Parts: sequence; structure tokens; C-alpha cells
Amino acid sequence: MRFGDAIAVAVLCLAGSQAPAWAGRSEWSGEAALEARYFPEPPLSPVQHGDNLSVSARPEYYREWDGGRQAFRVELFGRADQGDDERTRADVRELSWTYAGGDWELTAGIGRVFWGVTESLHLVDIVNQTDQVENPDGEDKLGQPMIRVALIRDWGTVEAFVLPYFRERTFPGPRGRLWPAVPLAPAVYESPRRRRHVDAALRWSHATGIWDLGLSVFRGTSREPRFAVVLDPLGRIQAIVPVYEIIDQVGVDLQATVDAWLWKLEWIRRRGQGPDFDALAAGFEYTFYGVRDTPADVGLVVEYLYDGRDDPFQAPFANDVFVGLRLALNDVQTTELLAGVIADLDTDERFYSIEASRRVGERWTVSLEGRWFSGGPALSLVNVLRNDDYLQLEVTRHF
Amino acid sequence: MSRHAWLLIPILLLSSPLAAQTPEEKGLAIAVEADRRDSGWGDMQGELEMILRNRNGDESRRQLRSRSLEVKGDGDKTLIIFDAPPDVKGTAFLSYTHATRPDDQWLYLPALKRVKRISSANKSGPFMGSEFAYEDIASQEVEKYRYKYLRDEVLDGRPVFVIERYPRYRNSGYTRQVAWIDQETYRPAKVEFYDRKNALLKTLTYHDYKLHLGRYWRAHRMEMVNHQTGKSTTLLWKNIRFRTGLTARDFDRNALKRAR
Repeated sequence: MRFGDAIAVAVLCLAGSQAPAWAGRSEWSGEAALEARYFPEPPLSPVQHGDNLSVSARPEYYREWDGGRQAFRVELFGRADQGDDERTRADVRELSWTYAGGDWELTAGIGRVFWGVTESLHLVDIVNQTDQVENPDGEDKLGQPMIRVALIRDWGTVEAFVLPYFRERTFPGPRGRLWPAVPLAPAVYESPRRRRHVDAALRWSHATGIWDLGLSVFRGTSREPRFAVVLDPLGRIQAIVPVYEIIDQVGVDLQATVDAWLWKLEWIRRRGQGPDFDALAAGFEYTFYGVRDTPADVGLVVEYLYDGRDDPFQAPFANDVFVGLRLALNDVQTTELLAGVIADLDTDERFYSIEASRRVGERWTVSLEGRWFSGGPALSLVNVLRNDDYLQLEVTRHF
Repeated sequence: MSRHAWLLIPILLLSSPLAAQTPEEKGLAIAVEADRRDSGWGDMQGELEMILRNRNGDESRRQLRSRSLEVKGDGDKTLIIFDAPPDVKGTAFLSYTHATRPDDQWLYLPALKRVKRISSANKSGPFMGSEFAYEDIASQEVEKYRYKYLRDEVLDGRPVFVIERYPRYRNSGYTRQVAWIDQETYRPAKVEFYDRKNALLKTLTYHDYKLHLGRYWRAHRMEMVNHQTGKSTTLLWKNIRFRTGLTARDFDRNALKRAR
């Protein structure tokens, strides 16, 4: 579905509602942010930028009517970046209409969904494409055109998705950091329909007692591309080619919540992208509440990461352990910190990360983010990014 | 039996339950009666404002919307939507209270569109940085405490029962609470909270009571004062509505994602 179609759907739905229904709520909100990234080391390639400034805005509109049964939401995102043209862009994160019946829901338009339970990696989460140029952590997502039908029963929720249009993963440009300084060739698709291949997904999820369980299947264009390389006659890499194949993926996500322990597991099996493979993220989060008679909480997160692919660029976390520390001061300013490392159990490859944030006044937040890459075999992702360690300060104004 | 004995019977019937009751039984009886009078409300919605003050008097405000569903034979279900401060706008908190086993709780994080099952062991933690702990805002089920009647008193010109209650659930921040319960209406007037070292930690007072549906008393202002830190939180209820037609469907994880 093109944006225009989605708007038409939304407008028709709005027009179809009864006059008194306009008494529903509607509101604008959003945020604007200034981001500064400091790179302590020079780039591997002289064309890549150094320290960097960037501004972004994320306006949101929400309207509900028909006694809250129908809702229309829009979320836009735009960024202007000093150093990387690929990071200067705009995206429709959400533009959707939802109808919530008694025991069913229908969503049409551009939407975002999240599946999964683990903290260090989101294996099961497959509906939305990753906005990799936004942040290397993979948690930013592009809007996905979709029709979603959910049936809500005592034995769980079944959701069916039809995904009629594909979005390519974003990557930093030739001048950008946090990606090899090699040109990105146009994407190659397995399906002749390319972006218009209609993908589908089905998910069952249920919460009962201590358990939260999800089972999902996906058939369609892999959100994660496989990377091929173009070599020159001397065997040097000239370009990276993202290859989008048609895959079948099954996923399981499971959490057991027992007192202050959260036991988590995500497992996927994917077919259609080379040999079939499995990937796993499993571990626990334990929280010490009210440490030393203060309101602060300290949490320990430990997750084991496995990936059946033997490719340290494509799948850097093949046999790794994530150890993270989460600190929440539970103060008026909501001061929080998450620091962790993903350590390869076979090599000296390490990926360190720290994220901290704090509210200032009623409408501002300040956040700090740092990532460090060290070790790893030649051509592993962490090794390729060895000079792209960074420290980022972001100031956000909320509206 | 003489004529005089007949006169004595009603008096005995009235007084013997009290005379035979231990302080624990009488405390429990008061809690059961308060719960009985406050049952049958069905569902409730309202808007909340929290005003957080530090010891210098600096204020910070939180705006929330709350929806609750009474569940027969179990604890209530509650959905809380955060409206302000704006950086947490859209965050929502879903809780299934249980009388004896731990509560089930989920948090919706709008930036990631993620519903996260969270531990309910965080009983004593501050709710949104306020002086209200999670266990203070959770629905008060009879089975969650042991009780002991202390004495009768007059508070602000009204006769009250003073009872003590001891949390039976794990991870409470309190050794005990002392509650002043109005003898006529069975609504709470004041609660003192004693920390794990049995030192007075906080005092909660209830103000601006209004009667809803001719039966249910709700305090429209609550004041929580922390005696150890000098901080305080005012909680204001606005626009309380009962029996608005909410069902269990409005309190599942799908509703949490849709909550705005």
C-alpha cells in the first residue's frame, strides 16, 4: 500500500463515522532533539566524517472516536545530519486506523509492532524493518504498510498480518560512520516482484500465570539482508550488495516471571537464506529492588546469544554472552542507566554499550550513549567498526 | 425465663461477638466489613494528578488516567495511562491484583511499541518517583494483611477504629500499617506506614470524600508525607465515573497497546 492509499483508507474511515462520534479525543504531541556524536578515533577511511551534529523531530497525532473503538494515529520522523546524507531523511513511522471490536481488532495503514522478550538482541521481532542508519542498536524501526487482524480469545491472541510492501534496511552512507566505508550497491531481490512481494505473518501469544508465550511464523522478504560483495580484479571489496531473499521463519518467545527473576528465551529458525539455521537468545534479568534502603533498583541482565551462521560480519553474536547492569534511581527525574558488554566466547571480540537518561524540568530529557568496539577477527563487524567508538549526547524537548 | 431475661437477649447478641472477639478477629472483622461495603462497584475510571514535592518545596507534576475493573473472587484489574510529564506520555501500566499469589504486571513502552511483563516484586518501589509505593496504589484485598484492632478514637470529630495491619505478601517495605477507619462509613481516614526497621516512614491522609452511586466513598485528595525525607505527594482524583461499561477486554495486553 502506498502512503496515498493509506491516507485514503484513513479519510474514508473518518468520514464514515457518525457526527456525535467526533466528540472523541484528539491530540498532537512529539519531540525534537539535538544530537552530538564524538568519535575519539579518526575514521578508517578519510572520506568518513568526524564529530557530528544532528537534529531530529518526531511529531505525533492521535485521534479516537466511536467511544474509543476507532483510532487514527500518525507518527512522522525526520532527521537532518551534518555528516551523513543517508541519515538526513524523513519517514512515516505510523499512519494507521484501528478498529477495536469486542474480541477482535483490525489495523490498516502503516504501523509498527514489536515481538519478543530479550534485551540484547531482538531475534523474533520481524515485521518492521530496522532503521540501521538511525542507531546501530537496531531498536529503531521503519513504518511497515500492513493489514493486521487480531482475534482475542481466552486461550490467547491470534494476529494475522498481510504486509504488501517491503522497506529496505537503511545503512550509513559512504561518508557515514558505524558502517564499512564501502559503497552500497543497489539491493538484489529473490522475488521478481521485488518490494511488492506480499509478505505474511501469523502470531499466537498468551499470558497465563507466570508465563508469557508467543509463537510466530513469517513468510516473505527477509528484513535482514544477506551481504554479497563485489570484488575488483585484485580481490579488493568494491561494493556491498544487500540481497533480500524470500524466507520462512518460525519464532518462539517465552518469559517466566518469578518474583524478581525474569527468565527469557527467544529462538528462531530461518529457511531460505543459504542453509537453514537457528538463532537463540536466552537468559535472565534479576532486579535488586530498593538497594541499601534507597528507592534505587539495580538489575543484572545475562543473556547467551547463539547464531548458527558462521559469518562474523553477518551474524557477529554467534556464541556470545551479554552481561548488562541496569540502574534506575526511581527519582523525580527518572534517572536511568544501562551498561553492558557482548563478549564473544571464542575470540577477543567485545562490544560495549552504555545508555543513560534523565529528565530536566518537565519537558526536557538529556541522554548519554556510548558504544565501543574491540577485537574480533578480520572482516568481523566489530573489527570493521574498531575506529567508530563514539560517545553521544542528546538533548530532547518533548511537546 | 423471666421477663427481664428476654430484655437481656438483644443486648447479649450485640455485645457477645465483640466480647468474645480477640483483637485480631475484631481487626479482621472491620477489614471484611469495609471490603463488603466497597464491593459491587463494577468498574471505575478517573483522572489523577500527582504533585510531588521535595523538602525545599519544589514541585513536579504527573498526570495519569486510571481504569479499574472489579473481579469477583480475585483482586481487581487496573490500567494506568501516563499523560505527563511528556517524555513518558503514552506509557501504560497494567496490573492484575491477586489476593494471595503475586500480582501480574505489564508495562507498555510506546517508543518501542513493546509490552513488557515486569516483576511485581517491586512492592516498595516509588510509583513514578512519588511518595506512593506500588503497594500503596495496588488494590487493597482483605487477604493481603493480618489485622489487629487497637482501640476506638475520635479523629476530626468522628469516631474511628484504629487497627493495625501486617502485610502477608512478600517484598513489602512495611512491617506494619496503622489505619484509622471511620466507624460510620468504614472509609479510611489516615494510615501510618512503618518501615522495615519499624520506624515511622510515611503518613497518608484522605480528604474531600464524595459518595458515588449512593454507596461508594472516594477520597478526591490524598496527602502522603514522608517523615524521613521531608518529601510529600498530593494525589488528586478528578472526574471519577463508575459503571462505564468496561469489561475484561479493556484490561488485556491488546488494550494496553491501544491505550492512549
